[in-house]
Amino acid sequence: MTVARIDARFAALKAEGRPGLVVFVTAGDPDLETSFEVIRALPGAGADVIEIGMPFTDPMADGPAIQAAGLRALAGGQTLVKTLDLVRRFRETDQATPIVLMGYYNPIYSYGVPRFLTDAKAAGIDGLIVVDLPTEEDPELCLPALEQDIAFIRLATPTTDDKRLPTVLRHTSGFVYYVSINGITGSASPDCNAVAAAVARLKRHTDLPIAVGFGIRTPEQAAEIGGNADAAVVGSAVVSMIGEASAQGLSGKALADRISAFVATLAAGVRGAKRSAA
Amino acid sequence: MAMAPAQTPNSYREGPDEHGHFGIYGGRFVAETLMPLILELEKAYEDARNDPSFRAELDYFLEHYVGRPSPLYFAERLTDHFGGAKIYLKREELNHTGAHKINNCIGQILLARRMGKKRIIAETGAGQHGVATATVAARFGLPCTIYMGKTDIERQSPNVFRMKLLGAEVVPVTSGSQTLKDAMNEALRDWVTQVEDTFYIIGTVAGPHPYPAMVRDFQAVIGHESKAQMLKAEGRLPDTLVACVGGGSNAIGLFHPFLDDREVAIDAVEAAGLGLESGKHAASLAKGRPGVLHGNRTYLLQDDDGQIIEAHSISAGLDYPGIGPEHSWLHDIGRVNFVSATDQEALDAFQLCAKLEGIIPALESSHALAHVGRIAGKLPKDHIILVNLSGRGDKDIFTVASALGAKL
Repeated sequence: MTVARIDARFAALKAEGRPGLVVFVTAGDPDLETSFEVIRALPGAGADVIEIGMPFTDPMADGPAIQAAGLRALAGGQTLVKTLDLVRRFRETDQATPIVLMGYYNPIYSYGVPRFLTDAKAAGIDGLIVVDLPTEEDPELCLPALEQDIAFIRLATPTTDDKRLPTVLRHTSGFVYYVSINGITGSASPDCNAVAAAVARLKRHTDLPIAVGFGIRTPEQAAEIGGNADAAVVGSAVVSMIGEASAQGLSGKALADRISAFVATLAAGVRGAKRSAA
Repeated sequence: MAMAPAQTPNSYREGPDEHGHFGIYGGRFVAETLMPLILELEKAYEDARNDPSFRAELDYFLEHYVGRPSPLYFAERLTDHFGGAKIYLKREELNHTGAHKINNCIGQILLARRMGKKRIIAETGAGQHGVATATVAARFGLPCTIYMGKTDIERQSPNVFRMKLLGAEVVPVTSGSQTLKDAMNEALRDWVTQVEDTFYIIGTVAGPHPYPAMVRDFQAVIGHESKAQMLKAEGRLPDTLVACVGGGSNAIGLFHPFLDDREVAIDAVEAAGLGLESGKHAASLAKGRPGVLHGNRTYLLQDDDGQIIEAHSISAGLDYPGIGPEHSWLHDIGRVNFVSATDQEALDAFQLCAKLEGIIPALESSHALAHVGRIAGKLPKDHIILVNLSGRGDKDIFTVASALGAKL
């Protein structure tokens, strides 16, 4: 499956004529079993693609919400081995929903790139987003991942100009993740018109689907942004809710239910979105 | 991690390559948002480096504002005390703001101005780089924000006040271990948020390319002067260079001009904290392994899962779980000999230098002096050691008082 699973999902979304919903949660947040319950319930709640954060002590591109999620997971003993196992368990229940791992390079480098790719593929992981691996470092992980048929999903940002875009898109597969603001995750909300223009610009350079993220928190924003793209990514708003629910003493299925209810509202948002993008 | 067998290069001074690599170390491991900025910086630095007017302006400020050249001083009483090698101190502590940090800050702010940047940010550990950055920002009239770990703010309050007097905004960093590495994370987060007008002055020879090479070049004035001064004083090069190393900017600044003088032995001193086996230290070469953090591949203190481990040193300026990538390379190929000194050894050397030479060294530099104390007595009297006294210890008196049980 791998890249093909992502391609199939976006083809299905196109056939349905609606943007997709990409939901981000951090693996092992707030604990391994609760995290499994949350992830397992996401497709039923309407998530079309799941991004699973690999916790790291020094998440330089993340805002307070995802930083806190990572720290909760690490405090609970989460490791990359456990994250891969979490995906393997999810795959026993769901063969269709693409899973993309997102995080920073050092835990992967420490694990060993060839071993990581073998284990990730066996676990049922379809794509990777590694924030601190720009195209200049493609030989590290991007090219080996593509050889294994695992998608390497690149971030494009407002600072990526037309001259640089072809370089950035060159080895990208699965979809392109457009970072809608200059900043960290969970900060300012993106401007819809600017996003529409940016997506149009990206579309001139690639046929890949465009997912837009950073700063999308509500069903309305998901609908608005989704209407201008192929998918909307929601992360910080979801992990903030996990943090709050955990602080209130919820765990396991009870916590997963609360998250699913929120994700269902986001999903209703993208399903109602008027699609203006190609 | 399997290391390629070390080969002796024709020159140790040619790195990095066009990708910013020193051997397997260095590189540009940053988010895409920053990548165009890093490439712009690389080009701007390359232009500046080859522009005689930039060099002339830099030299002017180094002489008249920083107070260079800093003296090379024969430490007669330390030499007599140990009874062996002749000990020379490169007096970087006499620079304006009290440490070597300003050499780099002057260079980078001139570059920022040349690039038309309107706002300066920096991270700081001990506060020396923060003070140096706030100083040059004041001098050139640019607003300045300094990120500093909350823990460091508490143990370096005089420097925090200095930065504020100089007009800088000091932002306490409460994430992670609340020390230098977290301050660097926060500065990077600021930079991705305000990419248009901001120049990030990194204080050490780490970060994405071109920072490790650029900061080294600005600090290499230490080694170039030392070489000329030693030739004048003794008619020959020193036998051994010694410097402390956290990120490693004062060390590489002294070492780099000497790297191809193969008869010169080079010792770099990491912070062993409470001891290398205690788990509470900052010795990334002695106890770490290669990894990727803050834009470069280098030796890092990390656990089996690749999570970064908090460093410990009595000296806030060495309290960092990584080291500059060029040092990692120099370690692997064996050109520089990396050793370590504990908190206690540094404290002892701090006091000894104060009492015998009338010079209160920074706790960072005291690690270098501690190593000198271990080797000087065993070396012949015609052996010359040149040690980088990278900073003055006025900022450390509260830390030292508390370690010695004195009440101020």
